[in-house]
Amino acid sequence: MLKILKYSFFDLMRSSWSYVYFAFYLLLGIVLLFLNNDLSKAVITLMNVIIVLVPLIGTIFGVMYYYNSKEFTELLLAQPLKRSSIFLGQYLGVAISLSMSLILGLGLPFIAYGLFKSNAIWDFSLLLIVGIFLTFIFSALAFNIALSNENKIKGFGYAILLWLFLAIIYDGLFLMSLILFEDYPLDKVSLIGTMLNPIDLSRTLILLKLDISALLGYTGAVFKQFFGTSFGLIVSFLALTLWVGLPVLRIIYKSKKKDF
Amino acid sequence: MKLLFSVILFIISTSFASSQTTTVCNAGCDFTSIQTAVDSSKSGDRIFIKKGLYKESNIIIYKKSLHISGEEGTIIDTQNNGYGFSVEATDIIIKNLIIKNIEVSYTKEYAAILLFKSYDFEIENITVENAFFGFLIQKSKDGIVHNNTISGEGKAEADSGNAIHLWHCENIRITNNDVRRMRDGIYLEFGSNSYISDNYSTENMRYGLHFMFSNENTYENNIFEANGAGVAVMFSKKIKMYNNIFKKNWGTASYGILLKEINDAELKHNIFEDNTIGINADGTNRITYTENTFKNNGYAIKVHGACYDNIYSKNNFLYNSFDLSYSGNLNSNKFENNYWSNYTGYDLDKNGIGDIPYRPVKLFSYLVNRTPESIVLLRSLFIDIIDFSEKVSPVFTPENLIDNKPLMTEVTW
Amino acid sequence: MVEITDLYKKFGKNDVLNGINLSIKEGGIFAVLGPNGSGKTTIIKTILGMVIPDKGSIKVFDTNIKNNSDYRHKIDYLPQIANFPSNLKVNELIKMIKDLRGKTDADQNLIETFKLEPFLNKKLGTLSGGTKQKVNIVLTFMFNSPIIILDEPTTGLDPISLIRLKELIQKEKAKGKTILITSHIMSFVEEVADNIVFILEGKIYFKGSIEELKAKTKQQDFEHAIANILIENHA
Repeated sequence: MLKILKYSFFDLMRSSWSYVYFAFYLLLGIVLLFLNNDLSKAVITLMNVIIVLVPLIGTIFGVMYYYNSKEFTELLLAQPLKRSSIFLGQYLGVAISLSMSLILGLGLPFIAYGLFKSNAIWDFSLLLIVGIFLTFIFSALAFNIALSNENKIKGFGYAILLWLFLAIIYDGLFLMSLILFEDYPLDKVSLIGTMLNPIDLSRTLILLKLDISALLGYTGAVFKQFFGTSFGLIVSFLALTLWVGLPVLRIIYKSKKKDF
Repeated sequence: MKLLFSVILFIISTSFASSQTTTVCNAGCDFTSIQTAVDSSKSGDRIFIKKGLYKESNIIIYKKSLHISGEEGTIIDTQNNGYGFSVEATDIIIKNLIIKNIEVSYTKEYAAILLFKSYDFEIENITVENAFFGFLIQKSKDGIVHNNTISGEGKAEADSGNAIHLWHCENIRITNNDVRRMRDGIYLEFGSNSYISDNYSTENMRYGLHFMFSNENTYENNIFEANGAGVAVMFSKKIKMYNNIFKKNWGTASYGILLKEINDAELKHNIFEDNTIGINADGTNRITYTENTFKNNGYAIKVHGACYDNIYSKNNFLYNSFDLSYSGNLNSNKFENNYWSNYTGYDLDKNGIGDIPYRPVKLFSYLVNRTPESIVLLRSLFIDIIDFSEKVSPVFTPENLIDNKPLMTEVTW
Repeated sequence: MVEITDLYKKFGKNDVLNGINLSIKEGGIFAVLGPNGSGKTTIIKTILGMVIPDKGSIKVFDTNIKNNSDYRHKIDYLPQIANFPSNLKVNELIKMIKDLRGKTDADQNLIETFKLEPFLNKKLGTLSGGTKQKVNIVLTFMFNSPIIILDEPTTGLDPISLIRLKELIQKEKAKGKTILITSHIMSFVEEVADNIVFILEGKIYFKGSIEELKAKTKQQDFEHAIANILIENHA
């Protein structure tokens, strides 16, 4: 698997897309920091970007890479290699190279700005960790979509739909159901609803850092325990790990059944 | 002539020199007990308590002007029995003592020092440990409470008292005190013309500072941190609040400041940071909020009903989850010339004022008031979209609640 | 050597393999023939584990290939359409396959044989179909495995390379290897194959030597013999 990972990774490092992605983050970091000169504001803007764009880029890139490397995959399939190693290797190649672009693209301007001397380093590290999780989750979901759809156009369509659903529509439905059932105790429901969407989950993790003052303003023992102690942090990270794990397991399962 | 003058001076000085200094220590001094020293002294005498542990309580000073001071390391252990000092006197000074273990009672307000009908007093450099009440000052005036440290170990509001508690007092200066882990840090009930500054009030179960029916007071340069419910100013007039720092007051009923039924107050140069609610205003009239900074609060300001003629200008609203929550009509309250970090407008004529107005109330804050659990959707893209559409055409939020002249840069002072 | 028992495969509603039983003995050249869509490539891909059968079993050297990948060390495969990652250079691809499968020195010889030296530093995306097929051939023959599977090996080759390929096949046969070929070019099959299998609609219609086929169909010419099977079964 490591060999496949290596080749996928270098293959991606050579593609211009990685550079576009890297350049985008670099530019974003520079604009946020050096034109704005306000670290706190930069971290908040960055959060919005990470929560929305990282999943989008992860899905599109994942689907694209899968379809584009079909030949490579077929070449590998005839070699004495396990299927799971081939697909996991490719998946990790995509996820790691995307994460690298993210870390370097945002990290360099922040380091240049003097991040290590600033209090924002924890907020920033959390943002990066969440960004990496989202990259791994959404490229895994993208591989799932691509593995289940031979048709490229269909695959891309589903990928965009998935992103649209999780980034926007889900929250709309979520809010509507909360308002609809506002007469009932909803704190548990709302937390569970958050866990079921990796974007919401990541958002919650960042909220725990940025908006803890607001979150602690609400009654309900479950909320208090979740937001007031490290319980929320631990549960959120566990759920994120699960969100990486389940799609990866499905990649393994699907890849074993698939014909080429 | 010179001789006559010096003779007169001598006579005067000896007549006042009847003011004696007596010493108290465990062995070898004038007295071994503080109470006997007090009883044997007359008005104007000084009592010096040498270092050591004194297991005394309920030391009564009645209508005697005394200057009592201790050496470093003078400890009075009341052994959970009533008051430390119980004083009713004018011109009284108590300083440089450690008083500890004050009795907890559910019927009586035992304190390390109780002052009743005392005038021209001075309480200085007193450390109260394991306090029930710290200083209980009633019907007194013209006093100074300076440089004291008071801490309690109570677990609940019911079994703890206030650190500095004033009742029907006038013209008291409370400065440089450190009060923590009590019920209220500093409490004024029916107190007026008092000045409270440079105190540090933290980890108190209820309020860091609490005003009730107390008019014309000023507090400035204080720090209130992580108190159960922040600072409460209630049913009072003409309070000046300058240069205070309110931070980390977290909880469902926790505020930087809770303002209730307040008229003609002035808030200037205060900093509100990391509070669940920076200012909670309920029934406030003619209050000016000028050049305050609200940073990283859940809500910077929450305005409930019955507020009239309040003016918010030149404040900084920085990265609060919500800048403003507002109930009811705008009612002649005014938001103008503030800096809002969430402002996204532009300034084409470069006059430092944004060209398009800012709406500090978000639709989402309205939704959260209605369905509190929806707070988990804070900063979601969907919420940004509905907030934006509300901004374009307000339906749920008061239409005229606008800062027409938002500043482009942070206010400094 | 390769033992296929009762093999079924459906793609959607399409029955592609309908109970194939086939046993391929060690040594010799074995051609799988049939019209387009008859299931030739599917059989090969099931042997390689790229297509997973619905029913039936395949044994290679007496080990069931289900959920197994190690047996592919014993197979060299030349895919029908040579699609390679277009970002890679030719020598990088060769290096990579060697890295994945193990060491070999045979590639130098093969590169010379097919005159690939000028292309070694070119990206695969820029190569012509024929050159790609040559690279494909190098990749296949550089390992010395006992089974060689060639899916339409002649596609896009110029006459000289075709001759070289035939020589190469004969050379490998002489080493006692088993070679499985599918091809549309009947003359090529007639020239190289020892045994043929004819597949139609996922079933085996004939298995045996070319002579036997000619005798069975009473045709002198191989091409006509094949056509005869088709006409008989479709008439």
